Amino acid sequence: MPEQSAPPPLVASSPRPIFEARGLTKIYQMGEVRVEALRGVDLDLVAGELVVLLGPSGSGKSTLLNILGGLDTPTSGTVRYADHDLTVDDDAAMTQYRREHVGFVFQFYNLIPSLTARENVALVTEISQHPMTPEEALALVGLAQRMDHFPSQMSGGEQQRVAIARAVAKRPQVLLCDEPTGALDAQTGVMVLEVIARVNRELGTTTVVITHNAVIAAMADRVVHFGDGHVVRIERNASRKAASELSW
Amino acid sequence: MRALDRKLWRDLWHMRGQAIAIALVVMCGVGTYVMFLSTLGALRVTQDAYYREYRFAEVFATLKRAPESLRARLAALPGVERAETRVVEQVRLDMPDFVEPVTALMVSLADDAPHGLNGLHLREGRLPLPGRPDEVVVSTPFAKAHTLHPGSRFHAILNGRRQALTVVGTALSPEFVQQLRPGSAFPDTKRYGVMWMGRKALGQAYDLDGAFNDLALSLRPGADAQDVIDRVDELITPFGGLGAYARKDQRSHRFLDQELDQLGTLASLFPTMFMGVAAFLLNVVIGRLVTMQREQIATLKAFGYGNAAVMLHYLKLVAVITGAGVLGGTVLGVWLGAALSRIYMEFYYFPWLKFSLEPMTIVEAAGASLIAAGAGTVVAVWRAASLKPAQAMRPEPPARYRETAIEKLGLKRWLSQPTRMILRHIWRRPLKSALTVVGIALACGIILTGLFQRDTVGYMMNVHYGMAQREDLSVAFTDPTAYRARFDLMGLPAVEHVEVFRSVPVRLRHGHLEHRTAIRGIEAGGELQRLLDADLRQVALPADGILLTDHLGKMLGVRAGDRIVVEVMEGNRPLREATVAGLVKEYLGVSAYMELTALNHFMHEGPTISGAWLAVDAAQLHALYGELKGIPRVAGVAERVQEIRNFNRLMDETMLFFTYVSTVFAVIIAFGVVYNSARIALTERGRELASLRVLGFTRGEIGYILLGELGILTLAAIPVGLWLGEGMCYYIAHTMQTELFRVPVVLVPQTYAFAVAVVLVSAALSGLVVRRRLDHLDLVAVLKTPE
Ligand SMILES: Nc1ncnc2c1ncn2[C@@H]1O[C@H](COP(=O)(O)OP(=O)(O)O)[C@@H](O)[C@H]1O
Ligand SMILES: [Mg+2]
Repeated sequence: MPEQSAPPPLVASSPRPIFEARGLTKIYQMGEVRVEALRGVDLDLVAGELVVLLGPSGSGKSTLLNILGGLDTPTSGTVRYADHDLTVDDDAAMTQYRREHVGFVFQFYNLIPSLTARENVALVTEISQHPMTPEEALALVGLAQRMDHFPSQMSGGEQQRVAIARAVAKRPQVLLCDEPTGALDAQTGVMVLEVIARVNRELGTTTVVITHNAVIAAMADRVVHFGDGHVVRIERNASRKAASELSW
Repeated sequence: MRALDRKLWRDLWHMRGQAIAIALVVMCGVGTYVMFLSTLGALRVTQDAYYREYRFAEVFATLKRAPESLRARLAALPGVERAETRVVEQVRLDMPDFVEPVTALMVSLADDAPHGLNGLHLREGRLPLPGRPDEVVVSTPFAKAHTLHPGSRFHAILNGRRQALTVVGTALSPEFVQQLRPGSAFPDTKRYGVMWMGRKALGQAYDLDGAFNDLALSLRPGADAQDVIDRVDELITPFGGLGAYARKDQRSHRFLDQELDQLGTLASLFPTMFMGVAAFLLNVVIGRLVTMQREQIATLKAFGYGNAAVMLHYLKLVAVITGAGVLGGTVLGVWLGAALSRIYMEFYYFPWLKFSLEPMTIVEAAGASLIAAGAGTVVAVWRAASLKPAQAMRPEPPARYRETAIEKLGLKRWLSQPTRMILRHIWRRPLKSALTVVGIALACGIILTGLFQRDTVGYMMNVHYGMAQREDLSVAFTDPTAYRARFDLMGLPAVEHVEVFRSVPVRLRHGHLEHRTAIRGIEAGGELQRLLDADLRQVALPADGILLTDHLGKMLGVRAGDRIVVEVMEGNRPLREATVAGLVKEYLGVSAYMELTALNHFMHEGPTISGAWLAVDAAQLHALYGELKGIPRVAGVAERVQEIRNFNRLMDETMLFFTYVSTVFAVIIAFGVVYNSARIALTERGRELASLRVLGFTRGEIGYILLGELGILTLAAIPVGLWLGEGMCYYIAHTMQTELFRVPVVLVPQTYAFAVAVVLVSAALSGLVVRRRLDHLDLVAVLKTPE
């Protein structure tokens, strides 16, 4: 049972958070339509924790994650990673930030279809400072046998594991996963979550997992409930469940 | 970045069909460019080297007769480096086993100075021995036409005396790179040739021993040719000098130069058109290819690849495709250039051909292709990469479709749902649709430009030989002759009809513009020789005044009613004025015309003629030739059928080659465009179509939706293409006007039909390929993954 922390500390006191977001807003203007995807988000993430971002579809989870990952910039507010200011609209600096610190796992894997599993991972390790070998990374996700297969020759779960291997191979400080199980069946989903948890545990990677599946929240250190563009509440789990214990 | 490079090669392999099509288009553009420029370069370099090594003279003059002692005074003129006197005579030959009269230009060779101006390049044998009146060297093309070798013998009529000649050698001369019979536009190596004889021997035959009638000069570096010409004229006028002229007015050189200029025009025009079309395509096609990789670009960026790295990746991809095209085009261009040069060697007699391909040519061609491709890539990559990765990874928002004008017109109920989808899709991206139309249209247009030359030349010949110049035979006399020679000709066998003419060499001047040509005096109401106006109706000869070829009028800047100065280059060279009575339409050459008696009057001479046109009974032609050979006054005979044949030979070998090459290239380009348009449409809409299949649409229906669009765009492109093509033809015709010929823009219906057919067949074939791919759409994959 997740333990309700009262009053819920929106901002962690110590140690010094690695991510710090204050008053984030994001507005999309599409012709006459104006979408407020984020309406003032305050959030701190501590190094090494595994956070699940839970909320209904369209509530702004991906938008937040993209901003944390340097894939997008907020309309207003501040966001900081260590000593990187993520609000500045500087493509080169953002590229550098992503290259050095962030690993992404996307809902639809986004593998390069013309590269094998190994090459998809190599694509990232070749430009990193202290990467694992692609073989190690794929072994970590249990795909040592399928390294030379192309995305089109793999199942969705396998592709997602390749995507995770690709994200973790550079030993990133931050792993951002946007609905990593969204396109998978429960069994495969669990397998993927196991890998994510293991990376978080073994490499000490600060990990954010987006989902709208409440069951998954049980594997987190903290659960951030998201709704309508802002953080509704934050729960801290007394103990993390192993991913293998989850089912839906 | 090994993994990224692997992606490059795999992507290339995956899109190999399109890559090959693009590379072929580039290849055609580069190929034409290299072909023309290597040919032009080779001919120019060869011309220069030949002129230099064989000491081609720089100033020339013809006169009646001057004593050899004049040479020293000519050589002493300021600016003159070397003066050589010669005897040059037109002679008639009697070739064994050849019934028609043959004309030759007999040029004397200095007996004592073998390294003089206009040196001979001996191909076979040796030069004549000094003092041997029976030894000649004949020009190589004439020797080939009559299979003459050292030791061969034939007869010539030298100054009215029949004389046996022995060939001792065959040779080429920088003075006769082009050997055209005066008054003829096309080479005829069987009936006209050049030969060389010792100076003393030829001089004696023409009572010019110790005298000369022709002059060649070389100049000191920096000398002013016009100044030398004026001084030479001063010296030779008392000896019947006909006006010295510079190298640029020397017949062979002038023709060669005009041909090379024209080749130069083609070399800038055609490759520019082809490269332009290729570049346009490249730009559009590459742009769309890259746009389709938008999501992969975003993924690369998400993992920390910078804009520069992404840009470089796609530039490499494009460089490989374009580079392959450039490489293939260079090889092809060199090969075709060699073939084209060989063709030129058939009509221009060089001793050798120096191959020359400036590295700059390849650099330019490669540069143009790479820049065009690169620009398309940079713009497309930039557009994709400057999006925030978060944005680029989202599927593109559903397109905003609108009802099209056609539907709004109330035709909606007549249109099926798939038809409406086609129309709305075209309507939604008007710019993209327009670019596709323009691409296909350009391809369609350049097909016309290739075939246009053949069409127009055919038309030109019909007008020239069918409507204007209709005699069977033309006879030229050695000297102006009394009018009654007409009755002698009428008495000859086979002759059915005779029309006579007077031809006077002149220099026409209007203000500072001048041109050397001849005034033809012709009989009013002639049937064999007719002058035509712009609408090709026969022009009545004015009783007074002079008619000019329209192009000559343009060259001199005159219109009907203007007065021009006529400097007669014959006899005592009177200077007169004449009024331009009008202009006549002529596609070949430039001339001036007067009514025969008016010209005689103008010349202050009695009824005098220079030659005649005959209509003959072909069955008795042999007998007629026999008679003509016996008349010493007859300098030469030209048969119209032969002229046409010579012309056709020239065309078959030059123009057809050209037409063939440019048509093949145009067809490849057309196919490249259409195929790429189809393939890209398939890739861009594959998902949508697969979804329709899932919803229950049949293969036929989705095929109709995709190919219907291609079909509509292709059909729209055809009229635009024909219109563009005509425009390009007008442009070519306009830039190709020379005094040798002007081309009207004539396109026969078959040519239009061919261009349309090529585009339609390309579309059909591309459609088939795409259709086969549609049959294998992976429906499940579409449902599993997002865009
Ligand atoms: N690039 C964009 N352009 C326009 N609207 C967007 C864009 N990205 C997200 N949105 C809108 O912002 C809102 C939040 O989206 P998102 O962050 O993707 O939600 P979630 O991931 O929680 O489902 C949605 O209404 C979505 O349509
Ligand atoms: Mg989302």
